[in-house]
Amino acid sequence: MGRVTAATVTAPVELEQPVAETDIRPDRPWITLVWNDPINLMSYVSYIFRTYFGYDQAEADRLMLAVHNEGRAVVSNGTREEMERDVTAMHGYGLWATLQQDD
Amino acid sequence: MAPTRFRRRRGAVLLTVHELEAPVLLGLLAQLADLVAPEVAADADPLAAMVGIGTATAPSDNPVLARLFPDAYADDPESSGEFRRYTENSLRERKHAAALAVIATLEEPGVERPLSPEEVEAWLGALTDLRLAIGTALSVDEDWEAQLAGLPPDHPARQSFEIYNWLSWLQETLLRCLP
Repeated sequence: MGRVTAATVTAPVELEQPVAETDIRPDRPWITLVWNDPINLMSYVSYIFRTYFGYDQAEADRLMLAVHNEGRAVVSNGTREEMERDVTAMHGYGLWATLQQDD
Repeated sequence: MAPTRFRRRRGAVLLTVHELEAPVLLGLLAQLADLVAPEVAADADPLAAMVGIGTATAPSDNPVLARLFPDAYADDPESSGEFRRYTENSLRERKHAAALAVIATLEEPGVERPLSPEEVEAWLGALTDLRLAIGTALSVDEDWEAQLAGLPPDHPARQSFEIYNWLSWLQETLLRCLP
């Protein structure tokens, strides 16, 4: 754990991508996104980011605020199996999370 | 008597449950335990059920359950369904066990008791699930206080908002006890 990609995702751009042409990198990483919700406390979300992913307080707060302000943030990346594990854990903690292949 | 509270002392989290609040917590947690209990469909494959593989492949029509057990893929119902079959029942089991573990800490109202790390985690999880359930049922947004202020004084949802607020306060004070 402890991985993080550079930035939060801002523009919800969804393009129909020709699979054969764009999927040429089999190692294209998968990402876990946590989405904003109006219920979970900011302190709780930050606590989960610290205790589950091992982020320090500053990084956990940065990600929590990114979720809050941008609507979603990338909290981890890796293989599909690793991201399914992270998403399962987030759902266990009551956070709204999804995984997808990185754009 | 002091309200239900958490405090930190010599590295341990201590819980005191108020005598009048214990039955309220118990009622909420029992409902939560029922709500999240693993589902065993009548036609389920017993071997699959034994290893935690369920039959549900779509999010529940009940918005509360859909929020507690959301899709794992935003735009891929097929992958979400497959993921759900393999994860939802074990997730339900964990949430169910957490609700029961918290119920077990309510046995002696009025008496301060230390919580084990596992009990702290169960409390955090159960308070989250209760807030998600009540908050989703109330359709709260981030300015729930304004929603509450807009309700007439005798509106039945007022009590649910009060409980939601109380559970938020409990969770916040528990988080402040943690390193």
